[in-house]
Amino acid sequence: MTITEKILARASGKQKLSPGDVMFAKVDKVMLHDVSGPGVIKVFSEWEKKKGLKLKQIWDPDRVWVAEDHFVPSADRISAENISNLSNFTKQYGITKHFKYGLGQYGICHTLSHEEALVLPGEVYVGGDSHTNTTGAIGAFAAGLGHTDIAYVLMNGQIWFKVPETMLFKIDGIKPDHIMAKDIILKIIGDIGTDGANYKAMQFAGSIMKHLPMEERLTLTNMTTEAGAKNGIIEPDETTYAYLRERTHTKYSPMHGDPDAHYTEVFTYEIEKLEPTVAKPFSPGNISAARDLQGTELNKAYIGSCTGAKLEDLRAAAEILKDRKVKIRTQVLPAAQSIYMKALKEGLINIFMQAGAVVGPPTCGACCGAHMGVLGKDEVCISTTNRNFPGRMGHVESKTYLASPIVVAASAVTGRITDPRDVRN
Amino acid sequence: MSNKSNGNSIRGKVHKYDIDNIDTDVIIPGPYLKIHDHKELAKHAMEGIDPSFPEKVSQGDFLVAGNNFGCGSSREHAPIALSQTGIKAILAQSFARIFYRNAVDGGYLLPLEINESTVKKISDGDELEIDIAKNEITNITKNDHYLMKPFPELIAKIVEAGGLINYKPDY
Repeated sequence: MTITEKILARASGKQKLSPGDVMFAKVDKVMLHDVSGPGVIKVFSEWEKKKGLKLKQIWDPDRVWVAEDHFVPSADRISAENISNLSNFTKQYGITKHFKYGLGQYGICHTLSHEEALVLPGEVYVGGDSHTNTTGAIGAFAAGLGHTDIAYVLMNGQIWFKVPETMLFKIDGIKPDHIMAKDIILKIIGDIGTDGANYKAMQFAGSIMKHLPMEERLTLTNMTTEAGAKNGIIEPDETTYAYLRERTHTKYSPMHGDPDAHYTEVFTYEIEKLEPTVAKPFSPGNISAARDLQGTELNKAYIGSCTGAKLEDLRAAAEILKDRKVKIRTQVLPAAQSIYMKALKEGLINIFMQAGAVVGPPTCGACCGAHMGVLGKDEVCISTTNRNFPGRMGHVESKTYLASPIVVAASAVTGRITDPRDVRN
Repeated sequence: MSNKSNGNSIRGKVHKYDIDNIDTDVIIPGPYLKIHDHKELAKHAMEGIDPSFPEKVSQGDFLVAGNNFGCGSSREHAPIALSQTGIKAILAQSFARIFYRNAVDGGYLLPLEINESTVKKISDGDELEIDIAKNEITNITKNDHYLMKPFPELIAKIVEAGGLINYKPDY
């Protein structure tokens, strides 16, 4: 069995599972945020109305955490009310891991999942957000669900899954300085298509893993959602364990695939052959080499989100922006308070501000078109985020190009889509 | 279910968007995710593709589309907004996984899988009658019949229960 099959087998008390099997799995961790949380509250209140009962307790408050990320700091009256309702909800059900903005650590849910070691190798983790796949980089089964499913998990501690087939992506070689994990995953989505992994697991392996930091791995799994995958996953190794040692003392039972595990498809990539890659409007699968788009004029650069504002992303962007000035409006929104503070300590925030960029609070912000720099009609943005559907970051006639933090930073400097090699030289 | 339904069959008019990858950002754009009033969400259904959509739909109608319908976000706002306009079922070549399970588990609408040639044969404005138990679609306007892909066993049970919250599993 693959790592995904073995984790699901353990969670459903089965000796063996095969792709296509449908079962209920016990959930280890669950997350909700300020968009899925109010939905859960509504499902609960409808259940109470229908049954004429009060839902006095949930399955296990210690296995639940809550993030405030999409519309925070509260974008308007409605989002402020959602946050108040969420605060009442966590108080009522005794959920203590509620990361509140303005009260210490908070940030984008997927970033907190690894930064705070809220999910551990071998666990089954579900979240009320499609990019829950991100956390699979830690060696967990991590999948996104809607708010009804999350409400069901909060009541019952389990949820149904169809065991996915696993596609294996082997990436070999030594990573060149101009390539980041974002280029790898954009290339893969370009190759297999935005439904190329529908209902499947995308597992990443290969010799690059020896040197690929945890946060770069998280970029790979994050965007498996954009290929339709149920989950993205990487087998835990010394990099995983070292990352977790810095964050938690909690014991866990990691899982690894069997040597004879069956992968429905195996793809191999040589990382030296990859180019800095950009996804053009209006699909993450619509890719080109950055150099083939170098005449493209831009209005904005956005460095943010669970995909592209982790500490490694900020370090990479700062390396380009150091002693340079941005030519277009540029925003940097670190993905969590702790990352913001580390970036501050390392001098990265100073570099961004010296370059002329505005640095904002952790939030999903304009990545989902919510607030904090959304795009107007005909505006063109290059962004470290994960989606560029019509209207994703604002007006339906705006355009978003997706790229790695170094491509975005290099493009911010020139005002056109730019390969980082052409700025460095 | 609308008063046009009869037992296991449902009847309504087709709204066809013959495109692949209709994503959740066009079904219900990001700024509306803070809204949790279902009727309010319906006013913005399909806004990124066709802002007049909510006015066109009558209770019990169907939406017909291509591959990978509902890709993108896990926002349950998407099936909620569509169902609140009156859409009872979506007939598509394939669905993105979270949209599919949200539609079923939330009990909002039926995601029905049909093949490419069936998508081609159905036109905007056609009147269809769908027999869920028999997996049959009758095109009343064109006097034609098609088959749809049956629900997997668990999905059929959740649909019958009216959503996951009402479903009693035997685990």
